[in-house]
Amino acid sequence: MSLMSEVGQKAFNLGIPLAVHMDVTYRCNERCVHCYLDHDDHGEMTTSEIKGVLDQLAEAGVFFLTFSGGEVFMRRDFFELVEYARRLMFNVKIKTNAVMIHEEEAQRIRKLGVDSIQISVYSHRPEVHDAITKLPHSLERTVRAIRFLRAQGLRVTIANVLMTSNSADHAGVQQLAADLGVQYTLDPTITPMMDGNTSVLSLRIPGEELPEIFHNPALVTNQEEFCAPPKPPSDEDLEGYSCSAGHSFCYISPYGDVFPCVQFPLPTGNVRQQKFLDIWNFSPQMKEVRSIQAKDLNVCSSCSHVGSCSRCPGLAYMEGSMRGPSTADCEKSFYRTGVPTANMLRQGLSKPRTTVPLIQIRPVAIAVSV
Amino acid sequence: MSEDSIYIARNSAIAARALAGEMMVMNSADSTFFTLNEVATTIFQAADGKTPLSEIVRDHICEEFDVDPQQAQADARQFVNELSAHGILLVSSQPLASETI
Repeated sequence: MSLMSEVGQKAFNLGIPLAVHMDVTYRCNERCVHCYLDHDDHGEMTTSEIKGVLDQLAEAGVFFLTFSGGEVFMRRDFFELVEYARRLMFNVKIKTNAVMIHEEEAQRIRKLGVDSIQISVYSHRPEVHDAITKLPHSLERTVRAIRFLRAQGLRVTIANVLMTSNSADHAGVQQLAADLGVQYTLDPTITPMMDGNTSVLSLRIPGEELPEIFHNPALVTNQEEFCAPPKPPSDEDLEGYSCSAGHSFCYISPYGDVFPCVQFPLPTGNVRQQKFLDIWNFSPQMKEVRSIQAKDLNVCSSCSHVGSCSRCPGLAYMEGSMRGPSTADCEKSFYRTGVPTANMLRQGLSKPRTTVPLIQIRPVAIAVSV
Repeated sequence: MSEDSIYIARNSAIAARALAGEMMVMNSADSTFFTLNEVATTIFQAADGKTPLSEIVRDHICEEFDVDPQQAQADARQFVNELSAHGILLVSSQPLASETI
């Protein structure tokens, strides 16, 4: 086990929020066709409110802090927030489309000691990328920004979300990443919009195309192990937990709402009304998330994939139960290994059904007493 | 450099946080990641650029951990050299302005 894994396990066991993902805004200068966010500002936290939250996160033991959005640079105070976070000695990562990063911003990011920057690139072809972002010349501007960041010696990762309109372009984006000297990561997950609108799910690449990705040695390095049929689950597998959501990780929205994960829209509290640690330690919802072991899962506990599935409790929650299956992950397990999941077998399906009703993150309704 | 004239300060490029008594330290320049034990954490936290290393060891290490002063000074020097080589600590014969962002 690496030192980093050991530390992660220790934080998990102690219930310390080692990592937090904070969206500082939902506003954006791009209008990506697959985006699940409402880009209007419904009352973002102010500069001083966010600084107050950062103070609390440092006190709570948070080490890894990811700033994301929306587009983070839509906030005029973004560098002030990064500077404040770095003074508190967080390891800061930024997720951005990079369109607003020029040489000066790249220099400032380097001087602030930011750990790494993740940047969305959908295609190496401008006509495809710009059609997804709906911002003319966005690929050109993003690639120029990556060059500025690399010139500062900063670590950059290109995140390539795959959907129907760019599913053939992953090799081109991967080559672009190699040419720019940056890391590459691929994600075929498209989630519904915040208002529950599921129309964007039609952009998901068909499940039948997933094997081509999972069995592509250029995209999956440990392919043999990754695609191997599941081993019979051990007692340890059944005593295990799905992921770090609510255990050593959580998500904070621009409005101060706290969730177990960015992909787990279970409201647990709001830092405008409560102390972060009170939410983290005492929220009944957080406690419930933490209590669920694999053996407690309704369908998955009897699934042969239970020890190796990437089952996301947030996606399961969006399907109706945080103890239920996440169909998107059933699909991945099936197309990765060729072995049907328990969720498929109970429905008599020969291939996974991907269209399921989902809800997304919404602001927490706060009861006001007068 | 004599022990009395070694000053140490934390590099502003690092990230650090205590986890159950141990300090996690990461240098963003090269992604090196360390955890420091309790004694090393004490030295790291006292690295303000103004207090000589010998004074840090005398007041914080020997006092709190009941160790042999000579051995403690030697161990501290080795620890400082290691972290300095990884860019975690800055070392000087003059007081350092504690690096701020």
